[in-house]
Amino acid sequence: MKKVLTGNFAAAYGAAAARVKVIAAYPITPQTTIVEIMSEIVADGLLDADFVKVESEHSALAACIGAQATGARTFTATSAQGLALMHEMIHWAARDRLPIVLANVNRALAPGWSIWADVTDSIAQRDTGWMQMYCENNQEVFDTILMAYKIGENENVLLPTLINLDAFFLSHTSQVVDMYDQDTIDSFLPPYRPKFKLDVNDPRAFGALTSPEHYYEFSYKIQMAHQKAKEVITEVGKEFGRTFGREYGLTESYRCDDAEIVLVTYGTIAGTAKDAVDRMREKGIDVGLLKIRYFRPFPEEEVCQILKHAKKIGVIDRAVSFGHEGPFFSEIKAAMYGSNIPLYGFVAGLGGRDVSIADIESVVNYMGNNESSNLIWIGVKK
Amino acid sequence: MIEIRFHGRGGQGAVKASDILAMAAFNEGKEVQAFPFFGVERRGAPVTAFTRISDEEIRIHSYIYEPDVLVVLDPTLIGAVPITDGLKPNGKIIINTERKPETFSFPDAENPHIYTVDCSSIALKYGLGSKAAPIVNTTILGAVAKATKLVSIESIMKAIKERIPIKKQENAIAAKETFEKLDS
Amino acid sequence: MSDKKENETVDIKSANDMPPMPVSLGSMRTNKTASWRSIRPIIIEEKCKLCMICWKYCPEPAIFPTAPPTIDYDYCKGCGICIEECPFDAIISEKEGK
Repeated sequence: MKKVLTGNFAAAYGAAAARVKVIAAYPITPQTTIVEIMSEIVADGLLDADFVKVESEHSALAACIGAQATGARTFTATSAQGLALMHEMIHWAARDRLPIVLANVNRALAPGWSIWADVTDSIAQRDTGWMQMYCENNQEVFDTILMAYKIGENENVLLPTLINLDAFFLSHTSQVVDMYDQDTIDSFLPPYRPKFKLDVNDPRAFGALTSPEHYYEFSYKIQMAHQKAKEVITEVGKEFGRTFGREYGLTESYRCDDAEIVLVTYGTIAGTAKDAVDRMREKGIDVGLLKIRYFRPFPEEEVCQILKHAKKIGVIDRAVSFGHEGPFFSEIKAAMYGSNIPLYGFVAGLGGRDVSIADIESVVNYMGNNESSNLIWIGVKK
Repeated sequence: MIEIRFHGRGGQGAVKASDILAMAAFNEGKEVQAFPFFGVERRGAPVTAFTRISDEEIRIHSYIYEPDVLVVLDPTLIGAVPITDGLKPNGKIIINTERKPETFSFPDAENPHIYTVDCSSIALKYGLGSKAAPIVNTTILGAVAKATKLVSIESIMKAIKERIPIKKQENAIAAKETFEKLDS
Repeated sequence: MSDKKENETVDIKSANDMPPMPVSLGSMRTNKTASWRSIRPIIIEEKCKLCMICWKYCPEPAIFPTAPPTIDYDYCKGCGICIEECPFDAIISEKEGK
């Protein structure tokens, strides 16, 4: 069933379609609609779940952790300041191996006080053990929530997922979303059945004191889970394709096969970049796009495979790691270590600044006329 | 893909108009995208909203810089904001005004086709808004349908009834009247 | 800090023109938030019992504890809390003109 939905509606309906059992969330612009809709559909009896009203984002994730630990499928959503406030609990959810799904509306961090698109908030959660991915459009928001539960709940994965959608450019933009039918969704996504859970009939303690004798191996296991997750993400993405007609992977390659210049980016910029690629191809420029969906686990093998024949690579980041360079750029560069392909690191769109087709054309133009550089600021008023 | 840019003032419903147009096109099987300019909104301040309509999946996620169509809910914006920025050659400009098209001049636009209709009077006739602030966002969509032929008036009326919470019938008929009144 | 004149604007063209962090060029003396209003609260003197609840609740504050209370229309943002909280319905709302 197709509808015209904003990203926030797609996220809320996706969680509802996934039959989540507990939602604990705190409102923050521009995520607020997600929380409002979820509380409405629970109150109206359209979703059989508990909506827990909490006083902060830290509590929101803590509540999800508690609920998930009892074997309930949980969902939460936040943005920027809220995600930052949750940070302590973000680590907990991953290390306790709880496959919570969090829809994060990528928003700039303050000060300056900004409600607009920027991915610094999710990049700051990069090393916590969560899987994290970036959505290009609202259909992907809806679809990925369904897949993220299936992937995260896989007994060889057991990891939470941060699903990112750009503030306003997705959260408040209406697009066509196919919500399929609930029966097919139910057959794709069975109920959550964890092996270990808080159960008064089988009492166990979770997250207790762990000495140097064992902590190291628990960390190793999380890393192994991420390795395994790469396969599971790909398999589930293929199964999604067979079931619903849309296949997804760790990355998406657009016109890269014969491309001389390959752009690498993520989020809504990837969507705009596809149109930019087509426009430049019409002008005779052999450019392609590698869209990164999953940042963690980092799809190193696919990145190397797709980029190895490029003559030049340009990465566009919507964040900058102050004191160094764009975060995706660093990791793409590391993945391509050993190749001689010139790599260009671009930063754009911070604080919600629009990234237009013209901006992306200027990126390719720069690459055509300049030596490679680690940090080029698109459109900055110097 | 056709790109339409709406210009209004805070409170006039430009954003709703962009949404209803998208719904109408969606009901006819098109791919659509609708969103406002994401800034701080104040009553009376200029508001810009965007709609994209296409037969193919819409992948772009940036503002509209080269619109095919402009819809002006408030003519006092002309001259106050750069309304015709980027308007494609032979672009269409639909204005809510009593004045005739010939009385408008847009020196920065290349051969624009100008359509005018007095949406304010028609809106007031059906009790939409007040004399000081008529609600023209639904009314003007009839003119948009006639001038652009992007969607049928039936689709517009259906979308209005889906998206407007009160006075559904009045809003729909007002749009129908502008559709019939507009010379295209 | 400098003495900014009312309504003076500064055209910022480059990062070099900007201070290190977002900081206002003037104080609230020059940022009259009256323009935020869509509705205007009006105190009906005959009904007012001088309880001062409106003054206590106003978040700005844009109501001062005179007899009867006075509303500072330069800063009142029209949130309507005073209208809501007055126990004697002595404050009414009017639509702000264009």
